[in-house]
Amino acid sequence: MWLTQPFNERSTQLFIGVLLAAMTLVTLLHLVVPAGHPLHVNAYTVNLFGKYLSYALLAVAVDLVWGYLGILSLGHGAFFALGGYAMGMYLMRQIGDRGVYGHPELPDFMVFLNWESLPWYWQGFDMAWFAFIMVLLAPGALALVFGFLAFRSRVTGVYLSIITQALTFALMLAFFRNEMGFGGNNGLTDFRDILGYNLRSDATRLGLFLATGVALAVGYVVCRAIVGSKLGRVCVATRDAEARTRFIGYRVERFQLFVFVVSAMLAGLAGALYVPQVGIINPSEFSPIFSIEIVLWVALGGRATLYGAVIGAILVNYAKTVFTGVMPDAWLFALGAMFVLVTVFLPKGVAGLLAYRLKRRRNDADAHGQEVTP
Amino acid sequence: MRNFPWPWPTLAEAGRCHAQWRARRWPQTLLLALLMLILPPAIAHAQDAERDTAALELLEALDVDSFPAKGEAIDAIVASEDDRARYWLQSLLDGRLQRADDGRFVVVLDNTGRDWPVEDALSGEALGEMSRRELDRIGINNALRNQLRIAIAVVDLYAADLELRRASAERLLGEVDAELAEPIAAVIEEESDSRVRQRLTLALAIHRLEQGEVEAVETLQGSLHSRVRVALNRAASSDDPLLAAAAQEAVNSIEQNLRINRGLETLYFGLSLGSVLVLAAIGLAITFGVMGVINMAHGELIMLGAYTTWAMQQLLPGQPGLALILAIPAGFMVAALAGIAIERGVIQFLKGRPLETLLATFGISLILQQLVRTAISPQNRTVVTPEWMSGSLVVNDALSLTLNRMYVLGFTLVVFAALMLIMRRTRLGLEVRAVTQNRAMARSMGIRATRVDIMTFALGSGVAGLAGVALSQLTNVGPNLGQNYIIDSFMVVVFGGVGNLWGTLVAGLSLGVINQILEPWAGAVLAKIIVLVFIILFIQKRPRGLFPQKGRAAEG
Repeated sequence: MWLTQPFNERSTQLFIGVLLAAMTLVTLLHLVVPAGHPLHVNAYTVNLFGKYLSYALLAVAVDLVWGYLGILSLGHGAFFALGGYAMGMYLMRQIGDRGVYGHPELPDFMVFLNWESLPWYWQGFDMAWFAFIMVLLAPGALALVFGFLAFRSRVTGVYLSIITQALTFALMLAFFRNEMGFGGNNGLTDFRDILGYNLRSDATRLGLFLATGVALAVGYVVCRAIVGSKLGRVCVATRDAEARTRFIGYRVERFQLFVFVVSAMLAGLAGALYVPQVGIINPSEFSPIFSIEIVLWVALGGRATLYGAVIGAILVNYAKTVFTGVMPDAWLFALGAMFVLVTVFLPKGVAGLLAYRLKRRRNDADAHGQEVTP
Repeated sequence: MRNFPWPWPTLAEAGRCHAQWRARRWPQTLLLALLMLILPPAIAHAQDAERDTAALELLEALDVDSFPAKGEAIDAIVASEDDRARYWLQSLLDGRLQRADDGRFVVVLDNTGRDWPVEDALSGEALGEMSRRELDRIGINNALRNQLRIAIAVVDLYAADLELRRASAERLLGEVDAELAEPIAAVIEEESDSRVRQRLTLALAIHRLEQGEVEAVETLQGSLHSRVRVALNRAASSDDPLLAAAAQEAVNSIEQNLRINRGLETLYFGLSLGSVLVLAAIGLAITFGVMGVINMAHGELIMLGAYTTWAMQQLLPGQPGLALILAIPAGFMVAALAGIAIERGVIQFLKGRPLETLLATFGISLILQQLVRTAISPQNRTVVTPEWMSGSLVVNDALSLTLNRMYVLGFTLVVFAALMLIMRRTRLGLEVRAVTQNRAMARSMGIRATRVDIMTFALGSGVAGLAGVALSQLTNVGPNLGQNYIIDSFMVVVFGGVGNLWGTLVAGLSLGVINQILEPWAGAVLAKIIVLVFIILFIQKRPRGLFPQKGRAAEG
């Protein structure tokens, strides 16, 4: 079956292995090692790792379209945020009558805005299965409509990037409005529990971390399966020579649309896993700067490798955590410098660097071997 | 805000005004006589001492507890013909007319701190500082405040200064009562300035309308002043059917007129917004057209231009106008140099990788923003608008065009024309167009494409600097200035098409107007969203913008 195909690849085995090992290690260090011990991983850190992993999944989604399809999407934050909002709406409904105003159905901000009843698009989000489907469907539908319009009229390259940026910018403006019914400026927050588990308990946090790790693994395998298939080859061909691929007879826009929608859904999934871990979703996730930051993660990690995206997302966000803690002013300098340096000096990213090292060592070994046995 | 009068008084009128000034004493006397019937007599035109005694008496009448008595005292001051009357009334209105413990009347010049500098209300000589405990303010209430304003307006009506007379006539609209009607009618006869005359006629007509005269409607018809509309609306619901009908008709025609004016205003604001968009986008269009790369730091180059204006004003304190004019070349140079640095430092290494260029320049934009935040301040800086740019051009009572926007509009057109000239008439322009159309072919014809790249980038960035100078007159100058315009600028480029300056102009102006038309009924945010969605749909039909390049040049 095509979905199991990636497990035959060494890189996938390695990636899944490392990921599972890391997850197990964190779990053990959190649960088994007593608090106070230097090796103990506290709940806050577990939560932080969970956040990184959801970012990593988002980066994988972006790498799928940028690395293999050549579409530089500066609007993937929009899909991420949509998934996040779908999850947020479910979590909002879970609060029930425990809100500040104690209304049995309406979330606090709606009571505050004097709304009489729940808007139609909030219906159904009290059911987990519906919300989880919407997590995938909402960004998927947006990507479908947008991608259909964009790819059909052959908008490519820089134009497409700018249009995707405009898309997320427009959505940000829209979600800032109170009348939209998504909490406006403040977004959705004050969540209490998910599937009946208290969101603030350590066990739930660990569970969410593990769930995110599993989601990342699944997302990675799906992407790997796509790029390893014949469809993936067409994608790469489209990336490298769109006109030629079209002339050969492939309906390029259909391939683009399919991959774009899958990528948007993965981004939505990442958003949905992100929201319960940080406890808030607001329109700032739609901001163009966030979307372009995601692209940096991928660029730093290395395009068209998938695992590079994961490395990049974790590296950059770890740096962000450190920087904003130590000297917040310097973070934007560092981020800006990273953009410049990576694009100019490290076009293949960290993954490219690793591969280069690996290759050279192998070559050295081969050359060595040849000397021994002439 | 200084109002530019419309229609302008002709030279002949201005001359007559001066000649007639001497002859205009008698209405003053008339007013005096009229008021003297009700009020205690005031002695005017006497020896200095005598005059001061009279003045003291006038002021003393103010220092009573009863507000109606104060009102009468104010009327007395108006009637006194004393040339200090306006000064007293104004001080009283501002609460600066106070009585010292020793009985003298003083005017407080500055009421901060514990000791206040004061001057004598009669002689006007400075009396040094007085403790605020020694002073006793002459209190007024709202009714008196209103009366004071009218009284000052009446006094001003006889002033030699045309501006004062105009302001006073403006203030009297809707404030005329039976007492004032007659002297005002007399003033109208004598007044030489048509604007003052027109205002007073309106004021009088409002009064007559309030008295129920149907003929007054005719005078008021066609005026767009809000006071007139209020008066007519009130008359329209009066008991007199004839008056009500006439007033209603007048109101309807005024409303119609207002709608047209509002439309014109929307158009003006739209063009103004559009001109800003054109300025911001045109540099981007040039660099994008020639090099095929998007400079995400373009917004920050705009910001640099705006900060250059601010810096120039800091260097030349007290001369905001000169600083602004000098900022035009300075802003161009600063942004152009920054642009060259970006091109040489980063973009040249990313040839043929437009998406990476986008990312790298985005990084530069982050660095520049943070640099400004760290080096100058994260807060907005204030850029002073020079006097000749502030104020507005008053077309009529409902439509006034702010001058700064008009200057920016004009500036945009000048910049556009200059760019057009460069592109069409210079060697550089020729080379730029050649490289835009077909880089490889241009190079093989001996054009040094790298040099063209540098020059284009400098030009495009310099224009961004100019946009910043212009923007500093319209919005806040802060680190986020550029970010707010970058997406809009891209939209203009996408909408207008690349490599065609006309496309940018048409796209920018029309996007501005569309935005302003949508705004009243959709709200600012929704209008922006609608425009963005519109552009996304627009490129379905015309992926290469309004004015695409034709022929083989379009491939690439």
